[in-house]
Amino acid sequence: MYDVLIVGAGVVGSAVARELSRYSLSVAVVEKEYDVAMGTSKANSGIVHAGFDAKTGTNKAIYNVLGARMYPKLAEELDFPYRENGALVLCFEESGRGKLNELLEQGKRNGVSGLSILDGDEVRAMEPNVSDKVVAALYAQTSAIVSPYEMTVALAENACDNGVEFLLGQKVSHIKKSKLGFDVKLSDRTVSAKVVVNCAGVYADELYNGLTGRQQIKIVPRKGEYCLLDKKCGSLTDKTLFQLPSNMGKGVLVAPTTHGNIIVGPSANDVSDKDDIDTTMEALNSVFDTAMLSVPTLSRRNIITQFAGLRAHSEGGDFIIGESDVANFYNVAGIESPGLTAAPAIAVDVAEEIAARLNADKKPNFNPTRRGIPCFAKMSDSEREQLIAKNPLYGKIVCRCENVTEGEIVDSIRRPLGATDLDGVKRRTRAGMGRCQMGFCTPRIMEILARELNVDATKITKYGKGSHVVLGRTE
Amino acid sequence: MKNCDLVIIGGGPAGLAAAVAAHDAGVKDLVILEREPTLGGILNQCIHNGFGLHTFKEELTGPEYAARFEQMAYDRNLNYKLGSTVINVTKDRVVTYVSEEEGLQKISAKAVILTCGCRERPRGAINIPGARAAGIFSAGTAQKLVNIQGLMPGKEVVILGSGDIGLIMARRMTFEGAKVKAVVELMPYSSGLNRNIVQCLNDFNIPLKFSHTVVDIKATDGRVSSVVIAQVDDKLRPIMETAEEIACDTLLLSVGLLPENELASYADVEISPITNGAIVDDRMMTSVEGIFECGNVLHVHDLVDYVSEESAHAGRCAASYILSQNSKVTGYVPTVGTNGVRYVVPQKIAKNDSVEPISLRMRVGNVYKNVEIAVLLDGEKVASRKKQIVTPGEMETIVLNSEIVAKVKIGKQLEVTLNVGGTK
Repeated sequence: MYDVLIVGAGVVGSAVARELSRYSLSVAVVEKEYDVAMGTSKANSGIVHAGFDAKTGTNKAIYNVLGARMYPKLAEELDFPYRENGALVLCFEESGRGKLNELLEQGKRNGVSGLSILDGDEVRAMEPNVSDKVVAALYAQTSAIVSPYEMTVALAENACDNGVEFLLGQKVSHIKKSKLGFDVKLSDRTVSAKVVVNCAGVYADELYNGLTGRQQIKIVPRKGEYCLLDKKCGSLTDKTLFQLPSNMGKGVLVAPTTHGNIIVGPSANDVSDKDDIDTTMEALNSVFDTAMLSVPTLSRRNIITQFAGLRAHSEGGDFIIGESDVANFYNVAGIESPGLTAAPAIAVDVAEEIAARLNADKKPNFNPTRRGIPCFAKMSDSEREQLIAKNPLYGKIVCRCENVTEGEIVDSIRRPLGATDLDGVKRRTRAGMGRCQMGFCTPRIMEILARELNVDATKITKYGKGSHVVLGRTE
Repeated sequence: MKNCDLVIIGGGPAGLAAAVAAHDAGVKDLVILEREPTLGGILNQCIHNGFGLHTFKEELTGPEYAARFEQMAYDRNLNYKLGSTVINVTKDRVVTYVSEEEGLQKISAKAVILTCGCRERPRGAINIPGARAAGIFSAGTAQKLVNIQGLMPGKEVVILGSGDIGLIMARRMTFEGAKVKAVVELMPYSSGLNRNIVQCLNDFNIPLKFSHTVVDIKATDGRVSSVVIAQVDDKLRPIMETAEEIACDTLLLSVGLLPENELASYADVEISPITNGAIVDDRMMTSVEGIFECGNVLHVHDLVDYVSEESAHAGRCAASYILSQNSKVTGYVPTVGTNGVRYVVPQKIAKNDSVEPISLRMRVGNVYKNVEIAVLLDGEKVASRKKQIVTPGEMETIVLNSEIVAKVKIGKQLEVTLNVGGTK
C-alpha cells in the first residue's frame, strides 16, 4: 500500500509528486499515457504569468503570485528553460484604457510588483513590431516564459530521483474507498493507497465523480490551438504580447518561446471530447488573424507546426484545491491558466497538508537538484569542445535544424523516466522541433531508440501504444 | 584555426561536382565537409533509375550516379570528411564544424561553396488540420525508411502533392505491397516531371486528383485512420461540399522542397524570397565575397544532371576566384524574369574580363503551351527557344554564348520572358 497515489503526471501531478518526495512517504504517480506531460502540460502557452489577471482573493490569484515567485529558484534547481522576458497587455482603443487600469489595480491588490501603464509609442519603443494601432499597454515586468514540458519532465525526474514511483501507461478504470484508504484499479493491476491526489486534468471530474457517484464537479475541455513560427522570426517580439482579456481567457498572445521560436495562440473553444486535440482550419485562421492585430508583420509562411491542447476549465471558474468531502481524497482540479504558473505553489500546500495528515517528517536526504540534458545548440564553442572531448557522441549532430546531438538523445533515453518514443525524445532534446519537423531525423532517432531500448525498430512509437511509426519491414 | 583554399559544405552531387571541377581548375587545397556517414547525399536513397541521361548518356540509379562522382573524387585524392556537420559560417569565411572524431574545428577559407541541398516542406508549413498522429511523413522520409532502413511506413497510403518524390514513392510503396489510394494535388497541374506521372502513377492505375487537397486527418489509437480530401476553387480554397473520406493508415507529403540556407543566413548571404536560395551572379557567387552556392541549396532542380553541371561551373568559378584569374568585377547586370518566368538564376551577371558562356536557368509560374522563351538585352532579342509546353515542374535553360556575353554591358538589363502562342 502506498501512502499517496497521485493520478496524472502533468505539471500539477509532477509538482505534487516532487513536493511529497521531500517527506518520508511512499508515493506513486499513475499516468494513462506513456510519458509525463502528455496532456495540457505539453500544449500550452508556456507563460509564467505575473498575476494581474485573476480576481483578487481567488485561488487563481493567490497561487499565481506565489507560484511565479518560486520559478527562478525552481528553474535553477531543476535546470529547465525559464526566462523573465516581461509582458505587455495591448490596448487598441482609447476606451480600453479603463480596463488596463483595472488590471493594474487588480495586479497591485494581488501583490504583483513591476506593473506600469505605457502609451503606444513607449510600447513600440520597447517592441518595434507592435502594431501602430496600439494606444496603450499594461507592462508586467515579472512575466516570464518557460518550457512547460521540459519543466514537467524535470519535476517528475526529480521526484523519481527522490523515490517516487511512476506507473506509466496505467489508466485508472475504477476507484473505491477501502478500510485503510482507496483501492485503485489500473490497466493491469490494482493498487491501494491511504491518500489519493486527483491531478487528472480534464479527467479530474470523472475520477472524483466516479468515486462519489455524484456529479459534483464538471471540467469542460477548452481547446486552445497554437501555431509555432520558425526561429528566424524569433526577433519579432521579446515580450509576451497579450491583448485585453475576454471572458473566454486571456485571448491570443504572441510570445517568444524559451528556445527562440515565436508562439501564436491560443484559440478557445469548448469541446465535448476529452481527447480531441485535432487542429482545425477555422481556429488556426482566426488565431493568426487575431495575432496579426498585435504584430501585423506576422507571416503564415513562417509557420512550422500547429498543435492544440485542452485547458481543464472548471464550471465554477476557480481552481479546486484541497481535500474533498471524501476524507483523504484530494482534488487539484480545474487547473487552467494560470495553472502552469500556480502549480509549484499549489503543490507545496497540498503536500504539506498531506504530510501533516500522515504525520510524515521531512527526509534528510531529499535532493532538490536535477541535472538537465546539456543543450549543445545553446553552448559556446569552447563548451562544445569540452563536451565532445568527454563524450564524442556530442560531435554527432542528429537533428540538423536544432543542432541536437546523439549525446543529448542518448542522455534523454538513459535517465530516470527517460524517453521511450519519438515525441519523448523531441520534448526532452528538441530533436525534431525545428523547421523540417523530423523529416531528416526520424530514421536516425528510431535507430538510436531501438539500440538504446534494445527493441526492434518496428516497435518504436511516436507517443506510446498504438502510435507505431512504421508498420513492419519491407519484403 | 586551420587554413584552406576552398571549403565545400556538402558531399552530395553538387558538392562532389564542384570539388572535382575546382580541383581540375587548379585548386588542390580543398576539403568537402559531409554530415552523413557517406558521400552522395540524397542520391543514396534514390534507388530508382533515370539519373544521368544528360551527363553520362545512360540511365543510372541514384547511388550509381553518385558513385561516378565519388570515383572522380577518389581518383583525384580529394580531401573529404564524413560525419562532419558545419554549424556556422561567417561572412569572412570561417567555417565551424563538429564531428565525433575531430570534435569542434574551425577552418578559415579563401572561398566557400555551399552545397547543402534542400529539405521537404513539412505538414506544419502548409497548415493541414486534423489529428497529430503517427503515419504522416514527408515523402523523402518515407523513401529513406523504405530504401535505406527496410521499414514500411504504412500499408494504405494517400499522397498529398505530386512533386517528383511523391510520384516516385507512389510507385515504390506499390512495389513494396502497399496500396496507394490516391495522389492529391492542390494545383491544376503537377509540379513533377511528366515522365514520372506516366511511369509511377498511370502504369499502376493510381488516381491523380488535381485541384484537390487534404482538409482533415483522422486517427484511431495514435495512428492515421483516414484523410478527408476536397476539391479547391480557383483561389485554392477547399469546397467542403466535395469532401470525401479515404481510409488509409499513412499520409505522405510531397508538397515542395525548400533550399537549406541556414548557414548562408549566418554568413549574411542575401536570400531570394522566390527561390529561397542565395542571390548569385553568373559565377554562382553570393552577395558575400568568396561564398558561392550551387545545386538544390541555390534553387530546386528537377534533374541531378543540371545540379552537376551548375556545380561544376561553380567549382571552376571558385577556383578562378581563388587563383585571381579574372580581372576585378566592375559592376553587375541584372537578369529578370517577366511574363510568366517566375525566376532566373543567376540573378545578375558580374562584369569582368570573362566572356565565358552563361547558362540562365529558370522556372515558369504556370503551364503554357506553344511558347517562345526569349532573352532580351535592353529589349532586343539575343537568344530564344521554342517549346511546345513549359510547366512549373520542369526547369528551362538558355545558354548565352560568348558573343552575347560580350554585349552584356553595365547599365543594361537582361530580361527572360515568355511569348505565348507565337513570337514577339
